[in-house]
This record gives sequence, C-alpha cells and structure tokens, in this order.
Amino acid sequence: MRELTIPIEPAAIRALKVGDPVRLSGRMVTGRDAAHKWLIETFIHKTRVPEPADQEAYAALQPLLRGGAIYHCGPVVAGLESRAYRFVAAGPTTSTREEPYQAEVMDHFGIAAVIGKGGMGPKTLQACRRVPTVYLHAIGGAAALIARTVERVLAVYKLEFGVPEALWVIEVRDFPAVVTMDAHGGSLHAEVEARSKQELDQLLAPA
Amino acid sequence: MTDLQAAFVELIRRTSTDLPDDVEQALRAAREREAPGSAARGALDTILENVALARRDSTPICQDTGTPIFFVRHPEGWSTRALREQIRSAVAEATARAFLRPNAVDAISGKNSGDNLGDDEFPTIHFEETGDPDLTVDLILKGGGCENVGAQYALPHAALGAGRDLEGVRRAVLDAVHRAQGKGCAPGILGVAVGGDRGSSFQRSKKELLRPLGQAHPDPQLATLERNLTDQANQLRIGPMGFGGRSTVLGVQLAGMHRLPASFFVSVSYMCWAHRRRRMVVRGERVLYP
Repeated sequence: MRELTIPIEPAAIRALKVGDPVRLSGRMVTGRDAAHKWLIETFIHKTRVPEPADQEAYAALQPLLRGGAIYHCGPVVAGLESRAYRFVAAGPTTSTREEPYQAEVMDHFGIAAVIGKGGMGPKTLQACRRVPTVYLHAIGGAAALIARTVERVLAVYKLEFGVPEALWVIEVRDFPAVVTMDAHGGSLHAEVEARSKQELDQLLAPA
Repeated sequence: MTDLQAAFVELIRRTSTDLPDDVEQALRAAREREAPGSAARGALDTILENVALARRDSTPICQDTGTPIFFVRHPEGWSTRALREQIRSAVAEATARAFLRPNAVDAISGKNSGDNLGDDEFPTIHFEETGDPDLTVDLILKGGGCENVGAQYALPHAALGAGRDLEGVRRAVLDAVHRAQGKGCAPGILGVAVGGDRGSSFQRSKKELLRPLGQAHPDPQLATLERNLTDQANQLRIGPMGFGGRSTVLGVQLAGMHRLPASFFVSVSYMCWAHRRRRMVVRGERVLYP
C-alpha cells in the first residue's frame, strides 16, 4: 500500500506501477464532462471568453491542480440549501468520456493523478508519461465508502453546471484506489482488453 | 384513492440504499472465485463493504442513482394520472433528502432541473392494468455508466458471423460484453431481449432485469443459453471493474419477443453490480416491501 499526499512530486508518480494499491490524502478537485469541456474551451483553446466568475475559479483551481488530483465524480451532496455541504455518495464515473480532453488538461495544469473508473485511452496514456501522471482507478459504485474518506468540502465552482457536474474542492483522507495506468506506458486496461479479445475470438471461432 | 407519496419515497430510499439479497449473495460467491490478494478480489471486498455501509447509514450505494424506472401494475379503477403525480412528487422529495442525485439534464439547454423531474420519460413510469387485487410497483435505478455500454444488434451481423438464430444471439451478447470491458461496473447483470422493434426491444430487456438472479428461464432452450452465456462471458476474464478476473457477469437473463419478418434485434441492457431493484405492494390499507 502506497500512501500519497497531494500535491504529489513527479518522482513519487514515477515510482508507481500498474497494480499498486494507493491511499490518497489531501485536497482534490472533482471534474467530469462539463468541467473538462469548460476548461478546454475557456482556458486552453480559448474559444470562449471567460467571465469574471470563470477567472476567479481558474485562479483558485490552478494551484490546486499543479501536482494535484482531478477526480471524475458526480457526487450526491447534502446541505445544498444551507451551503453546509457534505458528500453523501461519491464514487467514480466512467473516465473514457474525458479521453478527448484529458491529455491537454493534464499538460496545462501539470496534474499528477487522474482518478476515475474504466480506464482511459492511448492519448491519455502518452500524456501520463510526459507530465508525469498516473491514472488511479477507484472502485465504481463504492460511493458510500468513498464518501467517508471525504473529510471536508472546501469550495464549489461552476455549480450552475448542476451538482454532479460542478467542480468540488474536497479534502480527503485515505481515499482508496489502484494504479491502472502508470507514467511508464503501462496500462492494465490495454492488457485486459487485448487478452479478452483473444478469448472472444476463440469463443466466436467457426465451429 | 390513498396518497402514496410517502410510500413511494420509502421505496426509493430502499432501492437506492439497500442492495437486494440475491445480488449481494451473487457478489459474495463472485468474491470466493477470485484469487486471494488479486485486484479483482480487493474490488469485490470494497464493493461488499460499501453495500453494508450504505445499508447501515441509509445512504446511496452509488452516487449515480440513475434513471428511476417504475413498473406499476394496478387493479382496475386506479388513476394512473394521480399515481404519476405521486411518484413524481416522491422522486423530488427523495432527491431533496439525498437518496437520489439530481440527474435530469435538459439535453438541449444542458440545464439540470435540480429535482430529478424532467419530461414525461424522466422518471420513466410504465403502467399496466392487471386482474390482481394488489397494486405492485417495481423500481429499478439504472446508472448512466452501465446504460452507456448497452448495445443493440440487428441480425444478421456479418462481422460477428451472427445469423438470425440463437447462435447469432450468443455472438452478439458476447461481443457486447467484450465491448463493455469494465466500464459498466462489472460484474454486471445482462437483460437481453430478442425480437421486437428498436424501442420495445430495449424496454423489454430492462424489464427482464426484474427477474431474481439464479431463477432460470422457463424455456429450457433459453435457460441453457443463459447458463452458457454466463460461463462464456466469464471466460473473457475481464473481471470486476475490468481488473481481470473470473467474474465478469453475475447472470444473463433472456426474453423472447415477436418481431417483424424483416427485423431481428438483440438488445442488451447492461446493469452494473449495484443492481438496485425493489418492490412495493399495496394490499388494501397495507403497504408491503417484500
């Protein structure tokens, strides 16, 4: 078991290998479909003019994401009316939808860990080597258990995207995950995909 | 007619927070099949721990509480309009109480309604009048990750070598499992409809998910295919979460339908391991959650 504290140094990222179980502590940011599209359009490709609220969010997020962790998660949050936010259920969402955006977001911010489920594709894997970054797989559906590792909700940005799509800044302790894509080109997802394709071809071979 | 809003909120709470026993038992059996110390076994340990925590604390098992799909079977004389209103009010209340995540997003504007109420299809409610004196309501909460890996095949399918027969069905289903990898939160449960049109076929595949796990199809031919498909899907060794391992699916549930001479659809609804389905029965003045 590797204990990681965010922000994570590049040397610590390079020391991780596919299959390593980890426990993460520190501040991370949730971000999924709408968040990635917004980051790309507003701050990376700059095809959209940022509003003051966008600038404010960017200024707050940039230092958190340098050596930081982005978590593909759309939580269930209690305390919406009182703004005494509390994460009730917070498992990962499927990461592959962010494949078109992830590499550029990782490069731009210098993200050390992308957390989600289901794995990501070759573009992200190449960026993992470059930045360096690891992809950490959390257990899909383990929402109650993961929510217990969220000690505090520190801030929320772009809540107009809706609760699941907003960027939540959270402080976690001992958040459990497994390295399934490392900074050396290793991907458990590519391995399992290739092996299962061989099995499938046998099962579908003409009788 | 009595107001069932509170009873519906309780049905939603139970569905979101308390995994059915047959599913939990199947997950336990899957855990035993995985090698000690493997990532697959670790994933199932975490899953089982999470199931217990969610039940104890009455919090959602998974944050993606999905599309609420209600199957309502009612005796003659019930107002489906009133039942729809009560169900919709209950969904909004359950969302405010954090048993459900606000999930209804306007596909055109991108705006989340905030209370889980969208158009007439969100939540989805199917009504059927029966001769039974009880009102029976089944609820499934089906998340987006597993819904996204569902698939529909029009046979014949040349690339798969799948013709218009049960061998073709086998080929299509195994292809769907391979394409899903771990992305539907394996080990999953497959509801598969054979026949129908594109719409009725997918709808039927979801209804088949109401069948308890391990209950074989009454047609021996389909029961055999269900067993074979389960074994063969597990031979793909995609494993829990796609980590590799022996448990890729917990079960396959087939439904045969009628079709047009020109059409032969195989519709696969993939349900994640968090197979949240619960039933409520209204018998006279009593509300039961069997």
